Amino acid sequence: MEYRIALAQMSPRLGELDDNLELTTRWLRRAADEGARLAVFPELALTGYLLQDLVPEVAMAADDARLAAVSRSVAGLLVAIGFVEETDDHRYANSVALLSDGELIGLHRKVYLPTYGLFDEGRFTRSGDRIRTVTVGEPLGQIGLSVCEDFWHPSLPMLQAQDGATLLVNVAAGPARAPGSAAGTRAVAGWHEMQNTYALLGTTAIAFCNRVGNEEGLTFWGGSRILAPDGTVVAEGPLYDEALVVGSLETDDLRMQRYGLPLLADERLELVRRELDRIIAERAGLPAPDGDPP
Amino acid sequence: MSQRAGAAPLPEIDAEQTISVIVAFLRSQLAQAGFERLVVGLSGGVDSATAAFLAARAVEPERLLAVRMPFRSSAESSETDAMRVVTELGCQTQRIDITPMVEPMLALIDGPEEEALKVRRGNVMARQRMIVLYDRSVAFDALVCGTSNKTEALLGYGTLHGDMAAALAPIGDLYKSQLREVATALGVPAEIVAKPPSADLWPGQTDEGELGATYEDLDRTLFALVDRRWSAERCVAAGLDADLVAWVARRVAASEFKRQQPPIAKLSLRTPGVDHLYPRRRPGSRRGS
Repeated sequence: MEYRIALAQMSPRLGELDDNLELTTRWLRRAADEGARLAVFPELALTGYLLQDLVPEVAMAADDARLAAVSRSVAGLLVAIGFVEETDDHRYANSVALLSDGELIGLHRKVYLPTYGLFDEGRFTRSGDRIRTVTVGEPLGQIGLSVCEDFWHPSLPMLQAQDGATLLVNVAAGPARAPGSAAGTRAVAGWHEMQNTYALLGTTAIAFCNRVGNEEGLTFWGGSRILAPDGTVVAEGPLYDEALVVGSLETDDLRMQRYGLPLLADERLELVRRELDRIIAERAGLPAPDGDPP
Repeated sequence: MSQRAGAAPLPEIDAEQTISVIVAFLRSQLAQAGFERLVVGLSGGVDSATAAFLAARAVEPERLLAVRMPFRSSAESSETDAMRVVTELGCQTQRIDITPMVEPMLALIDGPEEEALKVRRGNVMARQRMIVLYDRSVAFDALVCGTSNKTEALLGYGTLHGDMAAALAPIGDLYKSQLREVATALGVPAEIVAKPPSADLWPGQTDEGELGATYEDLDRTLFALVDRRWSAERCVAAGLDADLVAWVARRVAASEFKRQQPPIAKLSLRTPGVDHLYPRRRPGSRRGS
C-alpha cells in the first residue's frame, strides 16, 4: 500500500508561539493537499530552538488545546510536531507529539540533550527516560519517534526497530556546524550516512525532518529525507531552503525485505542484554551479574 | 612519527556557500530586530569592503550607508578604494573627517606640544569612528554592521569599543585568508583584495609589519591551534615556526578579555549573562512590536 509522507522543512520563529501555531497549521494544510497521511514538523517547530530562559514561557502540556487545534485543522492526518513540554510535575522536555484529529496518540521526550560545543540543551530542558514506539494502525503498525541528537545514539533507533517500528520519525533542529567548508559538508554527510545505516540495519523506513532558517548566528541546514527500508532515498529536501518534502513508501515491500534480510529477527537480544549488564556492572565497579564467570 | 613540513594547512572555504549563509544571517538579524537598513564603516580595506558587499546583497544598496571616516594622516589610496566600493555597489555614502574630533581631545589631555603614543592615538581614532557610526545608525535608522574578522579577533588585534563594536558580525568567523576568497567571489575590486592590510592609523602602518608575521602564517597557526585544537608541539611537528606558535598561543590567551563581556560580581539569584539568559531578540523585543 502506498503511504504518503510530507516533511515540513520550515523555519519557526524564535519564541513566537502564536506565529508558529499559525505557520504550522498552514504547512499542515499544504501537506494535506499533497495527499500525505503523515505530516512531520521539525524539532521545536512551535517555539524555535535557542530559547534559553524562554523555555517556561513557551512550554505547554502535551494535551494542550492549542497543539490539538493544529492537528484538528485537517482531518485524518497523523501529525508529528516538536514543542517544549511541561509535565504535570513541572519538568520541561524537548518533546515530539504524534497527533491525529486533535488526539494525542504518542509522545517522545528527547533523551539525548547535546550539551557540548555549540550546544547547551541540558541546561534548559530535562532528558526523557522512555524509548518506546507508538501504535498507529495499518499499514505502518508502529512508529518510533525521536528528536535530533537521539539519532546519534544507535541504541535508540535500534531499540525502536526491535520494538516493532516500521518507520522511524526523527524531528530535528540541526545547526550547520561549519557551513562553507568541507567539515560542514562532512557533517551533513554524516547525518545522511547514519540514516542510511539505520534503514538498512533496522529494515525500517526513515522520515527525517530538519528545520531551516537562522537564529542568532546559527544556520539550520534542512536536508530532510524519506528513506525506504532498503535504504533507498524516496525524497530529499534542499539544504538551507524551506520546502515541503513529499514522498511515498510502498509498505507491501517490507514483508519480503525482512524475509530477505532478517537482521531484526536474528538479533540476539538476550545475549546483548547479558553483555550490557556485564559492561554496566564493570563500569560501576559492581560485582559481575549473577551466574556470570569473572 | 614523521611529519611533513607544511602539513598545517590554511583553513578552506566554499565562498558561494559562505556568502549565502552570511546574507541569510544578515536578513534574519535585521528582521528579528525590526530594522531594514545597515551602516558600515568603509576604510578602503578588504574587511570593510567585504562586509559592505555582503550588506548590499542582504539589503537594497540604497538601504546601506557606507561611512568613510578619514583622519588627517590616512592614506590617499584608502579614500580612492573606499569610493571604488561605493561606486561598485551604488550604496549611500557619507564622508566624515574625524581629525577635528580626535586632535582636540588628545591636545586637551596631553597639551598641544606632546604627541600621544601611537597606540593611544589609534584607539581614540577607532573609538571616534565607533561614535560616528552609532550616531549615523540612529539618523539612518540602521544597525551597525561589524567589519572584524576571526584572525584579528583571536589575536586581539582590534580596539575594544572601537572597531570591535557592532550590532552584528557577518565576517567574524572568517580568517583573513578565507575572507580574501569570499571577497573575490563577491566581486570586491582586485586592488583592494591584493593590497597589504593596514589599520591606516599612521602612515606606513601595515598589519603584517605590526604583527610580525604574514596573515597566511598567522591563519595556518590559528587554524591549527584553535579550530583543530592542536598542541603547540604538534603545530611545530607539522612545520609551523615554534616562535610564531608560542607567540600566537600567548596572544590568543592574553586577548580573551576582549572577546567576552566583562565579569559581573555576582550578588543576586539572577545575574545578566550568568543565569539570566535569553536570545537577543524575543517576543516583544522587536522594535515597533
